[in-house]
Amino acid sequence: MLRYIARRLALGVLTMWALSVLSFVIIQLPPGDFITSYIARLSQSGGTSAVEEVAGLRRAYGLDQPMYVQYLKWMSQILHGNLGMSFSENRPVADLIGERLLLTTVVCVAAIVFTWAVALPIGIYSAVRKYSMGDYLWTLFGFFGLAVPSFLLALVLMYVGFEVFGVSVGGLFSPAFETAPWSLAKVTDLLKHLIIPAVVLGMAGTAQLIRVMRANLLDELGKPYVVTARAKGLSERRLLIKYPVRVAMNPFASSIAFLFPQVVSSTIIVSIVLSLPTVGPLLVTSLQTQDMFLAGTIVLLLGVLTIVGTLISDLILMWLDPRIRLAV
Amino acid sequence: MGSVQDPAGTTARPDVPPTADPAEREEGKDRIYVATQRQLIWWRFRKHKLAMAGLVVVAAFYLVAIAADFLAYSDPHDTSAQRASMPPQPISVLDGGRPSLFTHPLIGQRDLVTFQRTYVADESVKIPIRLFAHGYKYKFLGIVPTDIHLIGAKGAPTENSIFLLGTDELGRDIFSRLLVATRTSLFIGLAGVAIGIALGVILGGISGFYGGITDVVIQRMIEILRSIPTIPLWMGVAAAVPHTWSVERVYFSITLIVSVIGWTELARVVRGKVLQIRDEDFVMAAELVGSKPRRIIFVHIVPLFTSHIIAATTLALPLMIVAETSLSFLGLGLRAPAISWGVMLQQAQNIQTVALAPWMLVPVIPVVVAILAFNFLGDGLRDAADPYS
Repeated sequence: MLRYIARRLALGVLTMWALSVLSFVIIQLPPGDFITSYIARLSQSGGTSAVEEVAGLRRAYGLDQPMYVQYLKWMSQILHGNLGMSFSENRPVADLIGERLLLTTVVCVAAIVFTWAVALPIGIYSAVRKYSMGDYLWTLFGFFGLAVPSFLLALVLMYVGFEVFGVSVGGLFSPAFETAPWSLAKVTDLLKHLIIPAVVLGMAGTAQLIRVMRANLLDELGKPYVVTARAKGLSERRLLIKYPVRVAMNPFASSIAFLFPQVVSSTIIVSIVLSLPTVGPLLVTSLQTQDMFLAGTIVLLLGVLTIVGTLISDLILMWLDPRIRLAV
Repeated sequence: MGSVQDPAGTTARPDVPPTADPAEREEGKDRIYVATQRQLIWWRFRKHKLAMAGLVVVAAFYLVAIAADFLAYSDPHDTSAQRASMPPQPISVLDGGRPSLFTHPLIGQRDLVTFQRTYVADESVKIPIRLFAHGYKYKFLGIVPTDIHLIGAKGAPTENSIFLLGTDELGRDIFSRLLVATRTSLFIGLAGVAIGIALGVILGGISGFYGGITDVVIQRMIEILRSIPTIPLWMGVAAAVPHTWSVERVYFSITLIVSVIGWTELARVVRGKVLQIRDEDFVMAAELVGSKPRRIIFVHIVPLFTSHIIAATTLALPLMIVAETSLSFLGLGLRAPAISWGVMLQQAQNIQTVALAPWMLVPVIPVVVAILAFNFLGDGLRDAADPYS
């Protein structure tokens, strides 16, 4: 078991390292460094910049040094909790990202919870009532869930919300709570607004999971132990929940490893359509204004969020499945 | 997206190709022993109704894409404030009981209360519509210069007369733009997939054939790539494409960026197959006569599962199309004057547009239909890829 944990941790660290290199590449990609664009912006707004100031800035950020030194410098800063400055906003990146990252996590977790809560019962239903009308309906739903990219679903929902219900769908808070400090009322308000993003983001994953659950359970239902339990006189409902569903759920739990990156990815675009105050809109504007420090940090943090989420799901899986817990 | 199971759940395992007649079925039993692999795959594939439908739709999409300029009637770049944000206008097909194609001229007015532009048809005047009419100039298949279009208005500029799906905020015809966008979006997917196949087959082949440390490194690389949220990453890379680049260069770089998404799944399929085949006798025979590993992988092993590669490719295509659409939608992919589904949808990003001009959402339909069709086709191909199972 320790070996399993160690292996997962090692892979997680390796992934984070690869991610940090990729994020650094993204920061470096645009022509010129961020001081160049900073100075361009300064002189545009009428400010003057002395040659010494430029040189000082470059030295402070280590831009006069070779690439790998710059990378190491950036990494050590981040590991010390200093995420750098946003040049377009002139504020520390940490200030800008803080609450948005939290809300991103909340939205993603809500989407995953929705996915699980919906896919599990439907998957069981579809397997038990194989080839029934309901099964076909859910299969059809599954096709569309997979085929409709989440941001298009959000667009269509926005239109339907406006046309049919006359409400503007979007945001995570009512206007009254937008700038209010955190309180119980604000959390309740947030929960109400979470439903639509959770549905939009969870749709594709739900469709996939229903299929996984249905296929797994169908494999289990034909096995002799199910027949034995039935012969023993167990009620159908109890039998189902107690044995085959539990076995079929294991691959289900591991599916979070591919669900989480998907959901985090889609949050970015969906947030823009539904104007959610997550890091998504911030990432897009930072990329458009070439505020690469901010953009790179967001990419890095989103990746870390994904890796940690996957790691946690792996540990849950280990706790759920004795075959993994005891085998290695 | 790797875990897409057989959608219909109806993958029968026929020993005999499907035939209605029992007598013919008897004959079929003999037929199956002499059938080529290609025939077997086709017989298996034909049984999959949804996949057949997918094939038809995909073929139709590519036909439309190839003939986009011919089927379009208005210059997709022609802007005019006089016809901005116009709702879709029907074409009349009957004139007092006689078949005839015509439309009415539209008069634009501004609502003095809401300041919204409204259009009223002038029923007293008819603009006849001709088939194979002259319109804006283009090159058919990119080679033959011509100006013939399927339909066009007679006696008035087509751009000001026909609006099958309405116009956008700049007065450009959405139907014509949609056709041209279909071409861009479908072919960017194809180009991306071509690069993806190359990467996937080479890396997957090497990984499976050599095994050992090479395999471990490549497998970890794939695992890492799959565990990172892709969209933010590609956004970061796409944002670095300079604004000053020409449309073609942007197109090429976005294709490259998009292709890096699709290769991991293919590499896994190829690796699994190579692992399976590596220990076969003919591989050893090839080794003994002194073939180099490169020759063994690409001449002896890979052709054995071409059908699997084709299936995996078909399943990778919708991913590429969605990737391009997402990037362009965010304004980080293709940029105007290029026209793609994502570029068109970019105009429908805010609630005002969606509320006042819902016809701008039309590109959602081809995106969804194309993805569905590719998925059905790919599922069917994957099931048929191994006709001996």
